[in-house]
Amino acid sequence: MIKYTLKRVGMAVLTLLIITFLLFVLVRIMPGNPFPSERMSAEQIANKRAEMGLDDPILTQFFRYLGNALHGDFGKGTSLYYGAPISTVLSTAISNSFRIGGLAVLWGSLVGLVLGITAALHRGKFLDGFCTVVSILGVCVPSYVFLIFLQYTFAFKIPFFPYFFDSSRFLFSSVIPALSLSLFTTSTIARFTRNEMVEVFDSDYVRLAEAKGMYGRGLVMKHVLRNALIPIVTVLAPLIVDLLTGALVVEKIYGINGIGKLMVDAIAGEGIDYNYVLALGILYSALYIGIMLLVDLLYGVLDPRIRVSSGKKEA
Amino acid sequence: MEKGYIPSKEDFTLLHRQDLYTDTNFASQSYWKSVAMHFFKNRRAVIGLVIILLIILFAAIGPSMNEFGYRDIVQYRNENNKRVVAKGIAPQIPALHKLFTGEELEGNFSQYTFLFGTDDLGRDLWTRTWYGARVSLLIAFVTIIIDMIIGMSYGLVSGYFGGLTDNVMQRFVEIANSVPRLVIVSVLAIFMPKGMGLVIVALLLTEWIGMSKIARAEMLKIKEQEYVLASRTLGAGHGHIIFRQILPNTIGPIITQVMFSIPTAIFTEAFLSFVGVGIALPQCSVGTLIEDGFNNITTLPYQILPPIIVLALLMLGFNFIGDGLREALAPKLEDM
Repeated sequence: MIKYTLKRVGMAVLTLLIITFLLFVLVRIMPGNPFPSERMSAEQIANKRAEMGLDDPILTQFFRYLGNALHGDFGKGTSLYYGAPISTVLSTAISNSFRIGGLAVLWGSLVGLVLGITAALHRGKFLDGFCTVVSILGVCVPSYVFLIFLQYTFAFKIPFFPYFFDSSRFLFSSVIPALSLSLFTTSTIARFTRNEMVEVFDSDYVRLAEAKGMYGRGLVMKHVLRNALIPIVTVLAPLIVDLLTGALVVEKIYGINGIGKLMVDAIAGEGIDYNYVLALGILYSALYIGIMLLVDLLYGVLDPRIRVSSGKKEA
Repeated sequence: MEKGYIPSKEDFTLLHRQDLYTDTNFASQSYWKSVAMHFFKNRRAVIGLVIILLIILFAAIGPSMNEFGYRDIVQYRNENNKRVVAKGIAPQIPALHKLFTGEELEGNFSQYTFLFGTDDLGRDLWTRTWYGARVSLLIAFVTIIIDMIIGMSYGLVSGYFGGLTDNVMQRFVEIANSVPRLVIVSVLAIFMPKGMGLVIVALLLTEWIGMSKIARAEMLKIKEQEYVLASRTLGAGHGHIIFRQILPNTIGPIITQVMFSIPTAIFTEAFLSFVGVGIALPQCSVGTLIEDGFNNITTLPYQILPPIIVLALLMLGFNFIGDGLREALAPKLEDM
């Protein structure tokens, strides 16, 4: 298991390094001049370039950037929040995004689990139908559409919640964005839990447990749910990743200063901010790879069969 | 003791020759016929298919169903030679209005029927909605079909040759797969002008990976079969075996993947256009229409409904079709 873990972690770090390098090269080979050329003489520009190390070989530049980045220094924005170091802006954004995203994942999985379990226990009845409707809704309504609906209804027509995000009332104003972000999580988890539970209910070992006299909560919690949960872990990774994408628009619409809004501002604004694109690209890739890795490892812990087979098979 | 049953002559019928050759219990049915049967038996799949066909129909004919073009501003000049523009008119049908209230509809544009109303520039939303659906569908179909060709070839080749080739190709997929779509889009935004091209390239770069994985898995399943060995023994080239003989047998799961990729593509397009790096004015897509509707939601809330409903129905329909196909391609024993 330790060998397997180390191998996966090493692979993830290597992948991240390659992606970072590619991003760095792509952003650096962009045509254009970082200095306003009409106000500076050629000599001044040359001096400035040498000072910033722009004339060094690209590999040297890359490792310098990487070293700085590991110390939390991503440089400064070229057009966005001019003058403020990216790391400062980024840390506020990360904390905002993570808190709302965390709330959404937590709430979504909780409601999804409860909904899925209830649906499986009342198979074919009203609650089962309700669960199906929720899972269909989650598939076909993007989170930002749900956000627009919630914002319009519960912040505009009935002005109960704030119309825009207000960091001084964090919990209260994150109800609407977290709820809308969690819709997809809720629906997917509910659908998966229900189907897995139904499958496990029909399995031989549950029949055996029933024959031995187990029933009710003990049976559901100890035998059914535990085995049904394993495959659900696999969908968590894509869900969290989807959450990241969804958060982009949700943050933009609801005016939350998070990494998603930062990304939109960096690419969709008047001037594209290369440094922000680079920093956010690395951040997003790291998050993405990290989540995939975590879920892979978690899956191995939960299901020994996977661990053995993939540990042997994985190259 | 009970006497055994003595068969009489009537118990037997003469079998004709053709009856002997068809086993009515396990009559052989062509593969696609059985897939179609399972698909059409599935209620959801049929609903999905009907929804998609209806939307495609309206996307094809909807924009030309009335006299307004997708970029035409409905307007006229009044007696003082001032422009009067049909800005932000709520959905109206004069005939129905008269039928129910008995009065003529009032307003400057009371003679026109605006099924979905008009937007804040005075353009007919019925036309724009279906035109947008057309743009979204076209982008999705074109990119996903190209992705299918790329991904399928990549996966088949990788799975067929195995060994070092497979290893190198799969490492590449692994790296390509660990770049989030957002990052790809943002890097593209640096290099390309915003617009339809950006959306298409972004989709081309991301969606082939899923297809290649499925094609490779299918290839690994199939390539050990006897007919492949037979072809190779007879001297068929690799290209012939991969694309002529194995590909037709992998097409089912790949088409299923296509059905799931199309809503992803539509969603991505809508998302990019909403953010502002997608389709540019005066073109419109479902995404830009939702954005327009959102910008006016506090004053003209009805504007956002048609594109949202179209988007939701598209996602729903394609997902239903995909689910139906998946079940039809691998029917469980109890459904037989």
